[in-house]
Amino acid sequence: MTITDKPAQEYQVIGTRPIRPDGLEKVTGQAIYGADVRLPGMVHGTTLRSPHAHARIISIDTSKATAMPGVLAVITGADMPVAENATVDMGEEEANLNYASDKLMARSKVVYKGHPVAAVAAWDSNTAQEAAKLIEVEYGVLKPVINVDAALAPNAPIVHEDLVGDDLGEKVRSTNLAKHFRHEFGDVEAGFKASSIVIEREFNLATVHQGYIEPQNATALWQSDGRVTIWTSTQGSFGARRATAGVLNMSESKIKVVPCEIGGGFGGKIGIYLEPIAALLSKKCGRPVQLIMDRQSVFDATGPTPGAKVRIKLGADDSGKLLAGTADLRYEAGAYPGSAVGAGAMCVFAPYRIENTRIDGYDVVVNKPKSSAYRAPGATQSSYAMESVVDEVSEALRMDPLEFRLRNATREGDRRADGPEFQRIGNIEVQQAAKESPHWTSELERDGPDGRKRGRGVATGFWFNGGMRSSVNMSVNNDGTVSLIEGSVDIGGTRASISMQAAEALGLPAQDVRPTVVDTESVGYNDVTGGSRTTNASGHAAYNAAQEVIAKMTGRAALLWDLKPEDVEFAEGVFSAKADPELKMTFKEVAAKLNETGGPLNATGSIQARGGAGSFGTHIVDVEVDPDTGKVDIVRYTAVQDAGKAIHPAYVEGQMQGGAAQGIGWALNEEYFMNDQGIMDNSTFLDYRMPTSLDVPMIETIIVEVPNPNHPFGVRGVGETSIIPPVPAISNAIYDALGVRLRQTPMKPSRVLDALRDKQDSA
Amino acid sequence: MARVFIPTPLRKLVDGMTDVRVPGATLKELIENLESRYPGMRQYLMEEDHLVPGLAAVVDGEATMEGLRQRLDDETEVHFLPAISGGANAEASPKE
Repeated sequence: MTITDKPAQEYQVIGTRPIRPDGLEKVTGQAIYGADVRLPGMVHGTTLRSPHAHARIISIDTSKATAMPGVLAVITGADMPVAENATVDMGEEEANLNYASDKLMARSKVVYKGHPVAAVAAWDSNTAQEAAKLIEVEYGVLKPVINVDAALAPNAPIVHEDLVGDDLGEKVRSTNLAKHFRHEFGDVEAGFKASSIVIEREFNLATVHQGYIEPQNATALWQSDGRVTIWTSTQGSFGARRATAGVLNMSESKIKVVPCEIGGGFGGKIGIYLEPIAALLSKKCGRPVQLIMDRQSVFDATGPTPGAKVRIKLGADDSGKLLAGTADLRYEAGAYPGSAVGAGAMCVFAPYRIENTRIDGYDVVVNKPKSSAYRAPGATQSSYAMESVVDEVSEALRMDPLEFRLRNATREGDRRADGPEFQRIGNIEVQQAAKESPHWTSELERDGPDGRKRGRGVATGFWFNGGMRSSVNMSVNNDGTVSLIEGSVDIGGTRASISMQAAEALGLPAQDVRPTVVDTESVGYNDVTGGSRTTNASGHAAYNAAQEVIAKMTGRAALLWDLKPEDVEFAEGVFSAKADPELKMTFKEVAAKLNETGGPLNATGSIQARGGAGSFGTHIVDVEVDPDTGKVDIVRYTAVQDAGKAIHPAYVEGQMQGGAAQGIGWALNEEYFMNDQGIMDNSTFLDYRMPTSLDVPMIETIIVEVPNPNHPFGVRGVGETSIIPPVPAISNAIYDALGVRLRQTPMKPSRVLDALRDKQDSA
Repeated sequence: MARVFIPTPLRKLVDGMTDVRVPGATLKELIENLESRYPGMRQYLMEEDHLVPGLAAVVDGEATMEGLRQRLDDETEVHFLPAISGGANAEASPKE
């Protein structure tokens, strides 16, 4: 279902559902993923990883591995160039190069389990793995800190002795607190005092992983002229190039990154893990080297989303107006500074007008893998707490939870609690659509079979949606088709969504614009595919390139008719003479005359795009809970979201459904189950329980279209908002079913049973 | 003059105000003018020729990608916010 803010413009391509351009290769197994890369003379590498979460490296002896037949190169931290102590923008995250280097290969200390300490290249992967076992590492094991409470406790073990933290602008040393910031507006104490109801609650969220199917991989060739080519699975080939160049202390222009097809990323493939190691092994052995992570390494040593401890306090008056709110957000950065707590703070109060707010954000270093982006990074953590307390407040006021949200909903011109003003947003339209949806207006049968109880929950989320930089190249073929060269890695269907915008602008059918994703030397700069920015920014770049094509084609038509270009106009794929409407040529007809009118016709489009103006989503969920086992089943689910403009509605629905499915996993099953030594005890897909098609019902979608004023077609971006509401919506539904509130993820059966027992005990 | 929202920890430097009006054709000029009016501000916002790592300048609702060269006008609104991720840096040079 699609609900538009104003009458739909007449589009020929936008809003249709053509077959995806990359579909055939993917379903026939012809698409080239990183592990499919084969190069002449290619050898295989592996890494030796720390079994400890926190330990000093006393010594490393690689002599036995180096001497093993079939081994071609061995490297340790001593082989890593000294990276500059500088920060680089990776798109949806920043990386300090010094820490980025240390994360890839430990020098003097390991700070997370799975931290690489050495790497081996050999003729085959079995030999490499056997050789890695021969590397002798002596560790001085240290006590790890694995959550924010332990990390901030007095006399806590210190993860980085050289870390200088920032506590509200003051430098602090001997600390695991990387940063403490605050946003404050109004007078929260006065706001709470004026409130007739004040509720304060604390929530804890486990670390969870993006769970992409394809593990990290990299194949590198260090050529004899000092240039390096890297084939890899990345969300941003240019970002991977910049980070790899920084870690290797070399010029970016000497590195070419070839982005392979990507088997999922969700933010987890913005950072680099294997690329510099593969490059250094290749340099040492003079051959292309391929490294592929196994699943355990992906869990242990890539970037999950932060575990967090969140405290929310809200005050409202009898009329249901929110008067004050405070948020205390403590996020695990992982082994190096830089969690997404800043974004958590940006989003926590975003759906609500609250005059008096204070947000404290803490970025805390712990002995876990360095956290990374995961779909709306940081927002789910803070919104789980906020949306749960909103539910409690609305219940206490005896207000319908959606009425309460609408009563307090932000709109254009309101300020977020971190300061900036909203542009045109669709918060109210989304919540109104949810309120009027077939799901919300339906009756819920409260009693399920065999004593199971049913409940309904609702929650809202906000993600800001980025703009950033994109470039495309476009060339017109003599048959009237167009080749569109993109640098944005296609994760969720952006080949289609970008090329459809070009086709719309050119007046061509979607299939006549053929998109290809290329390497960093074949197109201008592109920021990461992340931040829900690609359909917005790269689509805008394609629109700009199309305008250049139209201008040039207009000149060609004018030449054919012996007119001036300004005497020719273009509409819906047809060039015509202004003075003689009978004088017409289609785009294809002009294209067929290119060689007679000046030769090849190419264009480029580049943009530093403004953002997506933010996207709101509201989810409604019905759960069925077995009070005997504590198992929660999702029986009905509806996702409502503002897309701005849905270019390819099926992919928009797919993003909404995919985010909801991941959020369901986060809510009910997924967690890094850490033991007290900082070791993840469930680092396989058998034990790390992600939802399957058997766990998730068909997710109904309602696309709301409130156009983004910064984009020619109104695109906002849709990839991330949908993961934010599921956790609180499910928690609220469980409460509705059982009368118990769960304030810790995952809301697994044992926790549901514990909550029921506590309720019985207190009764 | 641009309207600058002051990060909460720095409001002690501006008598507790949440925002101030400061001239500046670019972000760099604006920070220099902030420093001249409210000494001590610069070190929290800028180091050498760039914003301090982990800090984003949000200009009229958008995080600027042009850094200190970002052009400003009289109606511009500027916020200094934590970058989407970031955090502190090691003060020491690269580890050995």
